[in-house]
Amino acid sequence: MVKNSKTSYGWMAIVLHWLMAIGIFFLFGLGLYMVELTYYDEWYRGSLELHKSLGLVLLLVWIGRVVWRWSNTNPAMVGTPVEKKAAHVVHLFLYFLMFALMVTGYLISTADGRGIVVFELFEIPAMSISFENQEDIAGDIHWAIAWSLMLMVALHSLAAIKHQLINKDGTLMKMIRPKASQ
Amino acid sequence: MKKLLLTAVTTSALTLASLFSVSAQAADYKIDTEGAHAFVQFKIQHLGYSWLLGRFNTFDGGFSYDDAAPEKSAIEIVIETASLDSNHAERDKHLKGADFLNVKKFPKAAFKSTGFEVKDDNNAVVTGTFMLHGVKKTISFPVSKIGEGKDPWGGYRAGFEGKTTLKLADYGITYNLGPASANVEIHLYVEGIRK
Repeated sequence: MVKNSKTSYGWMAIVLHWLMAIGIFFLFGLGLYMVELTYYDEWYRGSLELHKSLGLVLLLVWIGRVVWRWSNTNPAMVGTPVEKKAAHVVHLFLYFLMFALMVTGYLISTADGRGIVVFELFEIPAMSISFENQEDIAGDIHWAIAWSLMLMVALHSLAAIKHQLINKDGTLMKMIRPKASQ
Repeated sequence: MKKLLLTAVTTSALTLASLFSVSAQAADYKIDTEGAHAFVQFKIQHLGYSWLLGRFNTFDGGFSYDDAAPEKSAIEIVIETASLDSNHAERDKHLKGADFLNVKKFPKAAFKSTGFEVKDDNNAVVTGTFMLHGVKKTISFPVSKIGEGKDPWGGYRAGFEGKTTLKLADYGITYNLGPASANVEIHLYVEGIRK
């Protein structure tokens, strides 16, 4: 029940999936909100600290999730061959964009050699190399990726809902709770 | 006859003097950005409690300076606004963004002098056009000569410094940094190598 089966995801995959979904939605909203805060807003600094800390925690979750996914069986996809292919491509994009999003965020804040302190617990150091105007370039890419990821999330969610409600093939339910193993 | 001679002597002396001053002076200098002996720094109050300093790392320019006729001096400097460096990437990103310098839209700031009012041997007030954030304004500020002379490597150098205070709102930068931070000081330190 913790591990995946041929017919559904296990608890580990389900929890990781929804943790990241909630985290990424929250960070997207927070990101759009915090850049509008002004210098004298009480949360001007705190919002960014939270965004950076949570982003790096999600990077760790992402790594764990990828390791879990590729060291585990995955439930079979349902749908037409085209749908399966499309779902697979969107999944790959989702993983890639999430990773690139976190990496570009890291590159913004570490462009001057400062590390990122995660929830005042530990520090992720900066890399010893940087490129010119790194904070600006990484910032532009971070913004573009955030919106691209939201687009992919929309496709991914619509497809899951379509399969659940129209095809009634239980696609969404696979990610809600594990089926009793057979 | 005596009067004529006097005139001739005076004329030759004047000619000689002017020749001398032309040959020895009226030099054009290139600002030594290559060797980084020039700095464009800014300084702004932080919350009214302390100072924040930063600089522009990339700029170019030159000046002409004549010891005998300093009122004919001129300076021109062009600053790449994206080279702003306050030793903090997140702050730099913000300062280069749309809230402040908007460097994508306004990649250059520039100063070009239009006149020099000499105060004494080493001090003058320069007037010129300053462009920042796409806004051009005529400003005047004091400059002083630090020194000039031969360098140890076969060249000839002269150095100046100047300081001015700008009101950010005058240049269309209106982000609220607090009442103590409405103005920014610009400090210019230039060393030129004679061409």
